[in-house]
Amino acid sequence: MGMLEAILLTVITAATPLVLASIGELVTERTGVLNLGVEGMMVMGAALAFSATQLTGSPYLGILAGIAGGALFSLLFGFLTLTLVANQVATGLALTILGLGVSGQIGEPYAGMSGAKLQPIEIPVLAEIPFIGPLLFRQDIIFYLSIAIVAGVNWFLFRTRAGLKVRAIGDNHASAHALGIHVIRTRYLAVMFGGACAGLAGAQLSLVYTPQWVENMSAGRGWIALALVVFASWRPWRVLLGGYLFGAVSISQLHAQAFGIGIPSQFLSALPYAATVVVLILISHNRRTTLINTPASLGKPFVPDR
Amino acid sequence: MKKIILALATSAAVLGFSVAASAQDKTKICFIYVGSKTDGGYSEGHDRGRQDLEKALGDKIETAYLENVPEGPDAERAVERMARSGCALVFTTSFGFMDATIKVAQKFPDVKFEHATGFKSAENVATYNARFYEGRYIQGVIAAKMSKTGVAGYIASFPIPEVVMGINAFMLGAQSVNPDFKLKIVWANTWADPGKEADAAKALADQGVDILTQHTDSTAPMQVAAERGIHAFGQASDMIAAGPKTQLTSIVDTWGAYYIKRTQAVLDGTWKTGQIWDGLKDGILTMAPYTNMPDDVKKLAEETEAKIRSGELHPFTGPVKKQDGSEWLADGQVSDDGTLLGMNFYVAGIDDKLPQ
Repeated sequence: MGMLEAILLTVITAATPLVLASIGELVTERTGVLNLGVEGMMVMGAALAFSATQLTGSPYLGILAGIAGGALFSLLFGFLTLTLVANQVATGLALTILGLGVSGQIGEPYAGMSGAKLQPIEIPVLAEIPFIGPLLFRQDIIFYLSIAIVAGVNWFLFRTRAGLKVRAIGDNHASAHALGIHVIRTRYLAVMFGGACAGLAGAQLSLVYTPQWVENMSAGRGWIALALVVFASWRPWRVLLGGYLFGAVSISQLHAQAFGIGIPSQFLSALPYAATVVVLILISHNRRTTLINTPASLGKPFVPDR
Repeated sequence: MKKIILALATSAAVLGFSVAASAQDKTKICFIYVGSKTDGGYSEGHDRGRQDLEKALGDKIETAYLENVPEGPDAERAVERMARSGCALVFTTSFGFMDATIKVAQKFPDVKFEHATGFKSAENVATYNARFYEGRYIQGVIAAKMSKTGVAGYIASFPIPEVVMGINAFMLGAQSVNPDFKLKIVWANTWADPGKEADAAKALADQGVDILTQHTDSTAPMQVAAERGIHAFGQASDMIAAGPKTQLTSIVDTWGAYYIKRTQAVLDGTWKTGQIWDGLKDGILTMAPYTNMPDDVKKLAEETEAKIRSGELHPFTGPVKKQDGSEWLADGQVSDDGTLLGMNFYVAGIDDKLPQ
């Protein structure tokens, strides 16, 4: 295995949870709901996925537990903000704090255990392609899912009627409502999709990235995912690009340190954030298209008149 | 609505806070951890000490702890909350709690504080620390014996004296066996982020190191080392479960005896401030069993440990040059504690530049 290949493999592992959590949040925000609880949903997914894997012995049941846990947990956010019309920012923050606490309780019996790593699935023929094969076609199922979900979301949002409705709600919920679109129901589904993706991202952390449970193991990745959505100006492929860019710079700076190039490590640690922001701002520099992509009703409460 | 959010936030806050017992007449001894008490590393080491304390003096005292307290402004609130809740003695167990501890201690002159690994003390603030560098020197000796590539990888957290001291001790130990030994250092800029620690471990392994050592808290680097088939040293706790065929040894923090001694002093009314810095001979740190190495390496490690215990060998004994080539310790000269506690330079042989 060459050095470049080794680096790229590490990058893929580091980027996948960011991409997954971001793409989920992107759909949520496209319907006009801002859920700041990504970090909490992610860490819940990690705890549930690891616990379920330890209990049942099957990492695939673990993945399902992570997805279901994230979705159910986001339902709490949905109920508070959509049905009870609570402030989305405050509720999202509370969801993160709650998630960090509850996941610690759930995972406590399993702390310190080393889990078995989720095994890669080799795709016949494609895996034999030199260089690309081992990188892209000898991966675990969560990686394949992450790419499929980004492609699926892009297709759904811009190529289907339902996707058009989603974007309409995000742009102007009152008009969408007047047209007979179910605003609240769609938002519930979008919030749960966001929760499920964050839960899957968490499962990747505790089953693939580092097969273990440690409290707070998401370590701020949910917040990075949130920022990626904004800097990607709510475009699915840009989220993928941003996630991989962030991963690539994070890993490169570790290699740069190990080579001993003599640049202060604090500067190198800040580099992934700076580089990702700069690149995404550059590709989204056209203000008009950015405005069109920004969901105009983002974060605003909606109470249907009956 | 606001009530619901408030309730959520409060319940979340309560979850992080546990009180072991609640009898009124018992003296309350409190602990603040930077990580989770089950982190498998540093904070778990302190919690083992707390449990030892409960076992020893449980009829006279009760303990309480706060875990996952971030270093920074939040720390001050955590320390103050403990002081306000009636603790007689508060152990703040991470370097970054130093200023918060001093500040809160001024407001609560009747409460005793003990701050781990720091250098600021006061009338009611003692500091305590373990001479971890003794263990790191032994690890360096083992690393130089075991490494085929002659290069070890070091996952460091923050460029504070404690960490720099560990790197230098490791290097001096390695140089005592192989003067040309090389060290690759990666700063993770975190104490506990399993993902980042694993990434750092992978980067080092990809660059050809065959021994990993860490000054971060999770077992993720050990898992990576196991996966790559190289060797590693654990940190703060025995991490053998994460790498049964990987771990060579680990520096195990055993704070229990110290916690019992200091709590007893509070009970007797004889507690005094001070700056305690104990080592292997005092039992404040121990070495996990020497595993996954040939007998001759094991023997050398045990001999080195015995020499450090008896005082025959001090890891920082001259001749030692600084990285820039200037003389630090003359032949036979032993470093004073002050220089070690404020260490901000690498010894000769380390190629990397120390972040300032």
